[in-house]
Amino acid sequence: MMSAQETNFGQTPSQTVGPYFAYGLTATQYGYDFDQPFDATVALDAAVGERIRLEGRVFDGDGNAIFDAMIEISQPDGEGRYPQSVEDAQARGFRAFGRCGTGTDAQKRFVFHTVKPGAEAPGEAPHINVIVTMRGLLLHAFTRIYFSDEAAANAEDAVLQSVPAARRPTLIAQRVEQDGAVLYRFDIHMQGANETVFFDV
Amino acid sequence: MTSPATPGAALPKLDPRDWESHPKYIYSGYKSTAKRGPLQPLIPLKASLGELQQPVYGHSSIGEFDHDLTRNARRNGEPIGERMILTGQVFDERRRPVRNTLVELWQANASGRYVHKVDQHDAPLDPNFLGAGRCLTDDEGRYRFLTIKPGAYPWGNHPNAWRPQHIHLSLFGQHFASRLVTQMYFPGDPLLQYDPMVTGTPEKYRNRLIADFSLDITEPDFALGYQFDIVLRGADETPFENR
Repeated sequence: MMSAQETNFGQTPSQTVGPYFAYGLTATQYGYDFDQPFDATVALDAAVGERIRLEGRVFDGDGNAIFDAMIEISQPDGEGRYPQSVEDAQARGFRAFGRCGTGTDAQKRFVFHTVKPGAEAPGEAPHINVIVTMRGLLLHAFTRIYFSDEAAANAEDAVLQSVPAARRPTLIAQRVEQDGAVLYRFDIHMQGANETVFFDV
Repeated sequence: MTSPATPGAALPKLDPRDWESHPKYIYSGYKSTAKRGPLQPLIPLKASLGELQQPVYGHSSIGEFDHDLTRNARRNGEPIGERMILTGQVFDERRRPVRNTLVELWQANASGRYVHKVDQHDAPLDPNFLGAGRCLTDDEGRYRFLTIKPGAYPWGNHPNAWRPQHIHLSLFGQHFASRLVTQMYFPGDPLLQYDPMVTGTPEKYRNRLIADFSLDITEPDFALGYQFDIVLRGADETPFENR
């Protein structure tokens, strides 16, 4: 073991992802000559569930959209199941995990192609787990995305109900149906009157 | 060993984040935190680990030279700079190795320049160096990269601000919540004391960010060796050992 961990064992401190992560973590998305293990496509054609586009922007405390944030999402498929192996993920066309930077879209959006998740257990509302990271964030933040058309399930969800009522709307993605396609909009506000609820997971 | 946790099953409990070991969201020395760090208190979330497992997808896409930054972007020769080996073990908090987990790495080149299009520092790019790599940890939780020692570079945080030489690392660990993005620094770097990323980290734990030089890892006539062990949040059992 290295000397620091021999004498001072414990969690390695987090550091900011910084401004230059794009060619390391999201190289293909940003047009660098390197591949990336995860991208914005979470569900392929074979995946079970309602096909959705999930998009949003990340705003700083001045209300400016952030162009160098990276969003990662983790979710089960439309039946509430996570793949249990690489082979399982390939067979089901469902990766369960996605990654997207906000630096390649003219409107600074993240855009994921996925399916609407199913509930994982009775009493839980469908949701997507989210990691937010960016330059200026010394430790990534966790949040969750719930769905505007799941009002009854949302009212029963213990995690959502643990959030003060006034702040719950920051966790709800808004459903929009356009030309037969389903879009959910979910903006993330790092600060301000609509600061997104972040969790201590 | 048990299969991945299913809802309703007896679930292992994730160790809490040790907030004392990590920087606070807002740190006056690092200007960009002021408008980007959350200001409201975090809300505790007791989630099942079943839904918080590390991603399974992506692990099959490691290329032959992905861990070797001296080779993975060659065009017409070798990259310029001091070759170095960066290796270490990834542990959870119960000192168990974290196996088969993805380690992603990115860094500046030897002259302190990033390939990133936004980096406008007036130092040369290296046509044979990208500065990105990845690997999986082995059965002992060990990772290993061959790369070029990155240079220091100036940035705009405050007058005459320079980032110490560093390498960015991104890890998943066994759970969604054990995710870690960090930076590794070099021993004896005189810039460490002036760097707000370092000074924003609680003083007692800063040394966990600094690698050890190791003559044992150093390969004669080839490359200097550095050891950097990483400790992630763990759980009270290892539910995914079979993977």
